[in-house]
Amino acid sequence: MATLPNQEEKLTLDTFLRGLWEENPVFVMLLGMCPVLAVTNSTINAIAMGVATTFVLVCSSVLVSLLRKAIPKQVRIASYIIIIATFVTIVDYSIQAISLDLYNALGAFIQLIVANCVILGRAEAYASKQRLTTTIINSLGMGAGFTIALLSLGTVREILGNGTILGYALFPDNFQPWVVMILPPGGFFVLGAWLLLFAWLRQRREQKILDQTGATAHGR
Amino acid sequence: MAGESLSFIFLNAAVVNNFVLALFLGICPFLGVSAKKDTAWNMGLATMFVMLVSSMSAYGINWLLTELDLQFLRLICYIAIIASAVQLVEMFVKKFSPALFRSLGIFLPLITTNCAILGLALFQTAKQYDFLQSIAYSLGAGVGFTLALMLMAGLREKLELARVPTASQGAALSLMLAGLLSLAFMGFAGLGGSHG
Repeated sequence: MATLPNQEEKLTLDTFLRGLWEENPVFVMLLGMCPVLAVTNSTINAIAMGVATTFVLVCSSVLVSLLRKAIPKQVRIASYIIIIATFVTIVDYSIQAISLDLYNALGAFIQLIVANCVILGRAEAYASKQRLTTTIINSLGMGAGFTIALLSLGTVREILGNGTILGYALFPDNFQPWVVMILPPGGFFVLGAWLLLFAWLRQRREQKILDQTGATAHGR
Repeated sequence: MAGESLSFIFLNAAVVNNFVLALFLGICPFLGVSAKKDTAWNMGLATMFVMLVSSMSAYGINWLLTELDLQFLRLICYIAIIASAVQLVEMFVKKFSPALFRSLGIFLPLITTNCAILGLALFQTAKQYDFLQSIAYSLGAGVGFTLALMLMAGLREKLELARVPTASQGAALSLMLAGLLSLAFMGFAGLGGSHG
């Protein structure tokens, strides 16, 4: 992307979908791991964190995209960080006003959205070079991809570690919760397992393509 | 919380509530720079220094903002301080040890987006530590970060020689390893309170 600094992307469905799968910020690009691991011990926390991050991502991308001609190149990173920090402060105070329980559960991780590299990465690699419409769609896609990743961790960890989903009991009373899954090590294990699954799927697909080309070459 | 002893704060930040393995802060450098022990060590030292500087400045700024009743600016100020502290360390290292500067490369400026440092500043504010307690907390956090990084680097150096299934190479295996390390660090949980 660095080689085509002024190339503006056409708005397609792919602009949105790319964030969900092909360039999923968590599973493919391995960005923003800290909140992914830290707040996913229950589904509701995961959803809240995903929504908050998406809000900051979209708002800061919009502002960066609007100001892309006004911000001097030398101080761009500092400017992006200030923009992001402003929106994070807004989110921080809003969540505190909406639900104090949620605010206490997420703790410092709402403020730590500032240091989430997904957002700075989007600002630097995409929003600072693209038109407003494509930026909004793309950052919405990225935010959705991030939320899906959080959810896929949060649900697995809540079901295994607590036997519940969104607070509702999923199993009869004699279910023994796998407590380690909601403790810190569980975060690493579940994310590792997801990455393993995706790596295995990718490997199988590559193998299949290899087999097909090999078969046709053999047939000839 | 103001009555905690300095040694307790230090131990708490270093092992019991290890920043990387228990609080999930600074995972990016933990996975990114832990391939070799040398780089891990240098990275740990640089991070520790930035932590110390930014913790002290964060204490000052927080006092100033509280006096002026401007707490809503806290986050923006902290981020600005950390960015300047990293810049300072970068100039310092470049001047006094060009070799180290080259070996750290891109990871030095990236300390800015290390959430362990911002997290440290936010936690010490939330726990209302005084100046000395903040210093003990930041030193403990730095030691804990370096410890986690070194442990991980040692394991990964050994693992290079091991034969693992190809699908599990790379990030998946590193995360599983981190999970095991984190499990081991849970053994320290009895030492202190589980707050943080």
